[in-house]
Amino acid sequence: MDQIFTTVVIVGILSSAIRLATPYLYASIGETIGQLSGVVNLGVDGIMLMGAYAAFFVVLNTGNLWLGVLAAMVVGLLMGLLMSVISVTLKAEQGISGIGLYIFGLGLSTLLFKVTIGTVKTVDGFQTFRIPILGNIPILGEVFFNNNVMVYIAFLLVPAAWWVLEKTTWGLRIKAAGQNPAAADSLGVNVDRVRYMSVCLGGMLAGLAGASLSLALVKLFQENLTAGMGFIAVALVYFGGWKPVGVLGGALLFSTVNAFQLWMQVLGVNINSNVAVMLPYLLTIAALAFTVNRARQPAGLNVPYERGES
Amino acid sequence: MPSETAVVPARSRRRFVFDWKEILFRAAVPLLAMFAAFIVGAVLLLLLNVNPFTAYAALIEGAFGSMYSITQSLVKATPLLLVALGICIAFRASVINVGGEGQIILGALMATWFSLQFRAWPGWLLIPATIIMGFMAGAAWGFVPGILKARLGVNEILTTIMMNFIALQLMNLLLRGPLMDPGGVTAGTFLAQSERLPEQVWLARMIPQTPLHTGFILAVVLAFVVYIFLWRTTIGYRIRAVGLNPHAARYAGIKVPFNQALSLTLAGGFAGLAGVVEVLGVHHRLLEGITSGYGFTGIVAALFGGLHPLGAIPASYLFGSLLVGADKMQRAVQVPSALVDTIMGLVVMFVVGSAWLSRRWAARRLAATAKRQEVK
Repeated sequence: MDQIFTTVVIVGILSSAIRLATPYLYASIGETIGQLSGVVNLGVDGIMLMGAYAAFFVVLNTGNLWLGVLAAMVVGLLMGLLMSVISVTLKAEQGISGIGLYIFGLGLSTLLFKVTIGTVKTVDGFQTFRIPILGNIPILGEVFFNNNVMVYIAFLLVPAAWWVLEKTTWGLRIKAAGQNPAAADSLGVNVDRVRYMSVCLGGMLAGLAGASLSLALVKLFQENLTAGMGFIAVALVYFGGWKPVGVLGGALLFSTVNAFQLWMQVLGVNINSNVAVMLPYLLTIAALAFTVNRARQPAGLNVPYERGES
Repeated sequence: MPSETAVVPARSRRRFVFDWKEILFRAAVPLLAMFAAFIVGAVLLLLLNVNPFTAYAALIEGAFGSMYSITQSLVKATPLLLVALGICIAFRASVINVGGEGQIILGALMATWFSLQFRAWPGWLLIPATIIMGFMAGAAWGFVPGILKARLGVNEILTTIMMNFIALQLMNLLLRGPLMDPGGVTAGTFLAQSERLPEQVWLARMIPQTPLHTGFILAVVLAFVVYIFLWRTTIGYRIRAVGLNPHAARYAGIKVPFNQALSLTLAGGFAGLAGVVEVLGVHHRLLEGITSGYGFTGIVAALFGGLHPLGAIPASYLFGSLLVGADKMQRAVQVPSALVDTIMGLVVMFVVGSAWLSRRWAARRLAATAKRQEVK
């Protein structure tokens, strides 16, 4: 065991972890914003699948990576809009509408994939871009500054989301709509509109998460590509206590465990691969159980807001 | 969950009297939702340059075209109904169980292990014992999220989903290890499937030359049992009270967390039974992909049946036949069966989306009758 944990392996695990965390970061930050406004969107996985498909399809046909990213964002936005119509305007039970959105996204992405692409293909996708100077720092440079653009954007999203939520009127409105919609309404905040925008933004980011998966992380698309990543992204929101920094911590923890088990398998360490794959899920349940008491869930979460009705 | 029961409180006091007008009123919403979903599906097909009429004709022909396909639909309806019954219990307590897939796997795993372990037992003893053990295994898988929700308030949607992944890995682990078919090992194929189960544990075929097995009867009987449980027993009453208004239930001295955990455990048990009937009735062994997505489709069926155990019977048959039709459509006209998944997702969203509208209509109807009585 001693010679396994060389610097090379540790750097390998950490840089894998950074890359693996990317889709979770996009999706979880988006979901955090939606949940802070009071809407739980469980359809993240379906949106990610649609985003991953849209991005991949566009890149396969045009070769333009940024057009693919744009397509994923538009598709995510539309799926977010669908979720908002059902959960905000029609005041449906959010948990089940989200499951419906998930089944819809899973089905539609599979349908589109089979009709328009057919077989599993690969794209070149986003290439590693070593940041000048910073990338040359030993170890740290290798881990943090030697990645693709989608990774950098994902990590910049964390302070950006923090700034919007903590320092702008918009952030205040989002949190008011989730915390006490009636009070927000009486102070002139259009609760429904805030929720629409937050859920659509969340959808857009979930679409981006999909694009980061199919264009940067695995560079291919296949049926049910995400395999439930979207649900883990939702769990990370709870784990992160509805704070971008908390979400970052959760995503890094989860993906480090995942990277660790992947590397152990690659290195041929004698652990059962099924048990290894199980580990991150067990960890998520444990993390949810241990962090639930300190979590400050928005008071209006999961509650459709109806003006003037008790 | 939707408070339809609150709108018609008189109904629960009546005994097994079917109010056809009421049933029609309630069936109208899901049927309209399905119609709308099929329209959206047709538009999607047009955009993909596929003729929707060809696709839907093949779908309907495949689902209802022959006696054989009808029995196939009933076979698919069986696990759907069992999962849906559990979903009805859980949703009535306003607990969302998305863990059907994992609970099915646990039921199937237990059924396989148990019937192989005790293969010397006669069928009359082995079948019921296997069914009970499978129920318990599924229930155990539902109990974990249940107790976590009751004791710590952990969101059950997330834990049930995580339990699905864990169950899947557990099955893969066992199918490649202790449960792997020794025949496959000696033959060198190493297929990830179990040994064939002893014949006395197979569920009998009801109609010769068709796949329909007695598990279907079991599921229908259990639907009535669940109906009686929810509307005629104290525990069932408490579960529904928790779902209708947890605060009121708490003031009435009902233990809300206990009942939520109980309903998740029962939901797990019923999904476990779905795994049992798939193993004993259809495949006669455990193999990968045993769940076929029934854990999610069962949610669709339960919602479509108005979260009512008896409503779940026709709903499960409908979705069972859609699944059968989808497979045949894929083979006949090469339209991927994923079309039906897409439509099912839309059905779920439309049904829950219309719940608020139908609640408003029902309230308006109620107000109108009240006004008329006032005038009198």
